[in-house]
Amino acid sequence: MSSSMINENSASTTLRDNADVAEALGRSYAAGFVTEIEMTGLPPGLDEDTVRQISAIKQEPEWMTEWRLEAYRHWLTMPKPDWAKLDIDPIDYQAISYYAAPKAGLKSLDEVDPALLETYEKLGIPLHERAALAGVAVDAVFDSVSVGTTFRKQLAEAGVLFCSMSEAIREYPELVRKYLGSVVPTGDNFFAALNSAVFSDGSFVFIPKGVRCPMELSTYFRINAQNTGQFERTLIVAEEGSHVSYLEGCTAPKRDENQLHAAVVELVALEKAQIKYSTVQNWYPGDENGVGGIYNFVTKRGDCRGDDSKISWTQVETGSAITWKYPSVVLRGDRSVGEFYSVALTHHCQQADTGTKMIHLGKHTKSKIVAKGISAGRSSNSYRGLVKMEKGAEGARNYTQCDSLLIGKQCGAHTFPYMEVKNPSAIVEHEATTSKISDDQMFYCRSRGISEEDAVSMIVDGFCKQVFRELPMEFAVEAKKLLEVSLEGAVG
Amino acid sequence: MSMLIIENLHARVEGKEILKGLSLSVSAGEVHAIMGPNGAGKSTLGNVLSGRDGYEVTAGTVTYNGIDLLALEPEVRAAAGVFLAFQYPVEIPGVNNTYFLRAAFNAQRKARGEKEFDSMQFLKLVREKLKVMQISDELLHRAVNEGFSGGEKKRNEIFQMAVLEPQLAILDETDSGLDIDALKHVADGVNALRSPDRAFLMITHYQRLLDYVVPDFVHVLADGRIVESGDKSLALKLEEHGYAGLGEGVAA
Repeated sequence: MSSSMINENSASTTLRDNADVAEALGRSYAAGFVTEIEMTGLPPGLDEDTVRQISAIKQEPEWMTEWRLEAYRHWLTMPKPDWAKLDIDPIDYQAISYYAAPKAGLKSLDEVDPALLETYEKLGIPLHERAALAGVAVDAVFDSVSVGTTFRKQLAEAGVLFCSMSEAIREYPELVRKYLGSVVPTGDNFFAALNSAVFSDGSFVFIPKGVRCPMELSTYFRINAQNTGQFERTLIVAEEGSHVSYLEGCTAPKRDENQLHAAVVELVALEKAQIKYSTVQNWYPGDENGVGGIYNFVTKRGDCRGDDSKISWTQVETGSAITWKYPSVVLRGDRSVGEFYSVALTHHCQQADTGTKMIHLGKHTKSKIVAKGISAGRSSNSYRGLVKMEKGAEGARNYTQCDSLLIGKQCGAHTFPYMEVKNPSAIVEHEATTSKISDDQMFYCRSRGISEEDAVSMIVDGFCKQVFRELPMEFAVEAKKLLEVSLEGAVG
Repeated sequence: MSMLIIENLHARVEGKEILKGLSLSVSAGEVHAIMGPNGAGKSTLGNVLSGRDGYEVTAGTVTYNGIDLLALEPEVRAAAGVFLAFQYPVEIPGVNNTYFLRAAFNAQRKARGEKEFDSMQFLKLVREKLKVMQISDELLHRAVNEGFSGGEKKRNEIFQMAVLEPQLAILDETDSGLDIDALKHVADGVNALRSPDRAFLMITHYQRLLDYVVPDFVHVLADGRIVESGDKSLALKLEEHGYAGLGEGVAA
């Protein structure tokens, strides 16, 4: 069953990917190139004027500017979080430029700078072809401004709104005002507050009542300008009885300076609505010695606001020097369901502190957590998860499974499960394992003719199977490739 | 010329000398049974021939089809046609059996400069082999050896052998832990693969496997050396008298 799926996947990749990509993927970090495009942006530094300027560039209404300023003022009062098992050099927030955008104002794909499109091609995301081949609508975010949106028409016919956040603020202010910040308040945490003040763009999705989104929605992010913070803001609202599957993937060009990425993603699922959010994260992880790489501080939260709603997070995290990320679900509605499937891989000097929070408020709510951590090199990989059963969570259930796989002797894997149970009828289950790729497994594979490297990726792939099969097929292929590339040189 | 020539092989495991001057020649088409008491070095022989880490060859040579086998990495030996059926087949959780086998099959073909099989071609081949081995295809859909019974694991080894079509097959106590029905199935599988181009080295503790797979030669391995060789009647003699007293009178 699963094997034939992989076979089909490989076939479809060959179809889609061009030769350069395949070749590049076989070597080192595949996305390490910089596109030469003239940039306009704000000089480094952050104060109220910066916030106002960003709001002005985006032609935002007054209420939005005020919303940002309020977040900024709150941010100034907040301490940096230091509870994660991460070793972070101090970040100079005044040294960062908070707005960068391709110079020309672009209205359609045809106007997109060919160099930019070429960049997408190199990354294996040929906008038109990919979209046509895969039936995926792509809202590609290049640095801070959306440059192309496809399939908008088809989606519009179904009543689905899928556009950049800037556009949403202009076109659908009442929806944005109603939902923005309703899941992750501006003052939620240090990085969420920063994002709220300076977010540059992102995606907005609205699925009206009873609509099943006719295609999977996908956004590709890419940090391009040097020293530019990337502050994405995504909001997905699924009205009563609607369904949507959203894919997010990112790659960033190679460079030495650390880059800050602090995104906020908010999901709202009303009664009987379902949202599936999948991420493949491949920001530049830094080199073998830990020089460079993206600092990835993300706040992702879903609110199962209505009864019988469902929110599912699936993530494959292979990139970033530092990952600080806990996609969560607030299970407010009765019988609502939250899921978290995660593969987090760290190699060389990467650090990841990631996991989830499942907050059970409603009756008979259910959550499932499957977290797979793979550590290689000198990296540190921590799972941190909170399962909270509030007083009203009558008959709620949680199942958590945390597995760690160690490759080599210098890496670390840690598990920090937190549980708070305030309702005696709630059931919380937790299983955790730590394993190594055994010499026996390696020899078994090699004695059958499989090389050491292929054996490692095969064993790792098997370890991640439970998570990979939650991913849409396109992403499963990428995820598998990413793990292979990320683990190069991990054994031997 | 012999396919496999082992001369004066000495090997150590964790500093302890296990093989102490083992010599053996095997030609294509022959089935050799290696018998002997526990600790004689039977499994060490299989592991040294297939290139497992941790086995240090201190003296002697192994020539396979005219080349120095010991100089090759395990995967290169596999591509050259050496196959070890494991005494304890290893579980690889989450990795589909068919996928694993195709990866192995294609890796070997690629190493030999042959064209790799696509999934359709491979599936066809697998179906044919399943028929010969009388194995249910349910086995194919499971993860490699995960949750397999002892018998299923051993049959899976023989099935892998059938697909990979090695020139030299080393069966390390493939009969151990099998009930009589499972033993017969495994033996049928091995017999179906006997061919003039293929040689078998069957490492076994008991003679009962040899009732079903009749060897051309039987060797007794004791204390790291072949102490006696003969035809299948030797195995019966061993069954009757046990290993005690064997090797006496063989010059040290």
